[in-house]
Amino acid sequence: MSKHTLSVLVENKPGVLARVSGLFSRRGFNIDSLAVGETENPDVSRITIVVNADSSPLEQVTKQLNKLVNVLKIVELDPGVSVARELVLVKVRADRSQRAQVLETVNLFRARVVDVAPDTLTIEATGTADKLDALLRDLEPFGIKEMVQSGLVAIGRGSRAITTGSALRAA
Amino acid sequence: MTRPTPETLANSARRHRPAAAEGSNDSADQFPRRLRPGAQPAGEQSGPFGEPGRTAAGGGQVVAPVQVSGAGSLVKSLEALGVEVAFGIPGGAILPAYDPLYDSSVRHILVRHEQGAGHAATGYAQATGRVGVCIATSGPGATNLVTPIADAYMDSVPMVAITGQVARPAIGTDAFQEADIQGITLPITKHNFLVQTAEELPRILAEAFHLAATGRPGPVLVDIPKDVLQAQTTFSWPPTLDLPGYRPTLHPHGKQIREAARLMTTARRPVLYVGGGVLKAGATEGLRKLAELTGIPVVTTLMARGAFPDSHPQHLGMPGMHGTVAAVYGLQKSDLIVALGARFDDRVTGKLDSFAPGAAIVHADIDPAEIGKNRAADVPIVGDAKYVIDELIEAVRAATAGQTAAIDRTDWWAQLDDLRDRYPLGYDEPTDGTLAPQYVIERLGAIAGPEAIYVAGVGQHQMWAAQFVSYEKPYTWLNSGGLGTMGYAVPAAMGAKVGKPDTVVWGIDGDGCFQMTNQELATCALEGIPVKIAVINNGNLGMVRQWQTLFYGERYSNTELGTHKHRIPDFVKLAEALGCVGLRCESKADVDKTIKAAMEINDAPVVIDFVVGKDAMVWPMVAAGTSNDEIMFARGVRPAFDDDEL
Repeated sequence: MSKHTLSVLVENKPGVLARVSGLFSRRGFNIDSLAVGETENPDVSRITIVVNADSSPLEQVTKQLNKLVNVLKIVELDPGVSVARELVLVKVRADRSQRAQVLETVNLFRARVVDVAPDTLTIEATGTADKLDALLRDLEPFGIKEMVQSGLVAIGRGSRAITTGSALRAA
Repeated sequence: MTRPTPETLANSARRHRPAAAEGSNDSADQFPRRLRPGAQPAGEQSGPFGEPGRTAAGGGQVVAPVQVSGAGSLVKSLEALGVEVAFGIPGGAILPAYDPLYDSSVRHILVRHEQGAGHAATGYAQATGRVGVCIATSGPGATNLVTPIADAYMDSVPMVAITGQVARPAIGTDAFQEADIQGITLPITKHNFLVQTAEELPRILAEAFHLAATGRPGPVLVDIPKDVLQAQTTFSWPPTLDLPGYRPTLHPHGKQIREAARLMTTARRPVLYVGGGVLKAGATEGLRKLAELTGIPVVTTLMARGAFPDSHPQHLGMPGMHGTVAAVYGLQKSDLIVALGARFDDRVTGKLDSFAPGAAIVHADIDPAEIGKNRAADVPIVGDAKYVIDELIEAVRAATAGQTAAIDRTDWWAQLDDLRDRYPLGYDEPTDGTLAPQYVIERLGAIAGPEAIYVAGVGQHQMWAAQFVSYEKPYTWLNSGGLGTMGYAVPAAMGAKVGKPDTVVWGIDGDGCFQMTNQELATCALEGIPVKIAVINNGNLGMVRQWQTLFYGERYSNTELGTHKHRIPDFVKLAEALGCVGLRCESKADVDKTIKAAMEINDAPVVIDFVVGKDAMVWPMVAAGTSNDEIMFARGVRPAFDDDEL
């Protein structure tokens, strides 16, 4: 099994996410990560799904997704020619004695402090899953009080857009 | 066939029925796909993908804007879509719709249970090729439609289910008779809608009919909140469809067609594996031409009985768990399977990894997700079976042009013919003096003939009806194939009879199935729908009992129904109580005359209680989970399969 990143363009209508996520569970697929938001066209939303599957079952689930009436287009993003990012917000214990060390880690990872409290720092970081894992490993010894992670979003490299050559402008 | 104009499309559904009833092969072949309401919308524009994306809705009618309620808009939309009949039951949330329905041209048939409405819509659709319509209220009305919707989904039947919903402000509050029917039916509909405003009703209904009828057909549910039905709105027709993500591929890829044709002309042991998609596409005439052109043997699945004449010498019969030895063997030992509108269902393939190990697979289906789902395809073809078959015929002609001799398949046919001779469909007369159920069904088929429509429930009687009635014409065999819904027969027969009033419609039901939905006979009696129901009454849940006999050491746990032992219920009295004629037949000598007596009655529904033996079993049989190589011709009798030299 290997991880695949699917970009699914859907009509921006109520209930579409439930149709997509329901299809995955119904056909026995686990979603590793899921992110959804509007695109440059407000009538179209983009769902980025990371799924762990062999290529043959993945083809089946892609075909089933394509059958959903609200699904406009599905593209599997090749990690070699796409940029993928996740975002993490993490609240770390950092009293006066530890704060300098935490800030050093933050700088090393080009993360940002977005909130300061007397005994904690809240840090925002974006990057690949590997980078965020490394950041979290480094922060762990200070004590992570709370953490939230976004789903992965990804986009192809180069000038070609996912909508190029398709009819999405008509959507 | 010429492209329909708005004039020809207006009420086309209604006008087309008599032509089909005349029995002309051409019309029978063409009606299901071409003239479904909304199937080929007037003013269609090719979408950017080459298939209709945004299109004007069908019906061909033009209605100038008029002020109506949401309910009025719903009913006017149904009228504009050419809907002839709807099966349903009113209730609180859907009540506003029943007021304009009161004086609509749409005939509403008041059923006794919403499940009956759903199966009636399915039976109507399967017999006529038109979209079946059922209506229910919110909550329990809607959930009672779940089974027939799932049934229609599994068998790809074009159906539109309209349900009432609680008013928008009450949605999500656990209001009286509230159920999230859109959520409940997500996995069992082709698509479903929760209508948000009255303005969008005409568009959504046109989209629902378009989705139900085109591509791979299926059920579509439209859930309408009560306050939307009550709101004031403007109705006009036609609306503009907005389905940018819906673009079924109808025309197959030429390269794949040529490769398929090459294999079909060079394979030594090919088989045409024909599924229900061929019927849905109205491609049966083309199928016959293709089969005769190539000389390839044909098998027709449970969903495709009637797609190819049973009397045709190239027909090996039905494949699968209870298929003929020749059909099962033919697939199993073939070097090429050409699957047309079939889906390699587990009941056909048996244990998948031992299915037809030596066969190359050409798989043509309108649904790309079916191709490669169960069995990898060597030549995948996405397209409508009608276009696929027509183009295959051309490609085969081109491939064989200039060839002096066709490939020699004498050995293949000799093997198949030998199997047909040695292992024909048959049954043993019961030794205990009871009536053989197979005999009853065989005689019924012989007396009612190939013009009649046969509608089965689920179980032993269904399999015998698939085996022992000879189907010569398309759309004469209706059953619940994929979901296996007991209780399908009576309401589906009702729907078929409504769609084909001039055709004799026989329901062949079991005593178990019949007790699930027989209340619709009251509907039939009151609405003037003279169906005929043969209850193959063996006093038991026969198919389950057969499995208990074979696999559970004859421990008959909860399969005895008491319809023999206690005669509860008495089906003759029950029939009479429901306004039908009730007949009973308990001996072989009376079978013909009882069937003939029923054939004489055309002003009321008839029920015949055929009291048959309980020990008859369906043979041949491939036990669940085993390989097709393990097919048993009868109990303890295995055909000599592997020993045959190939």
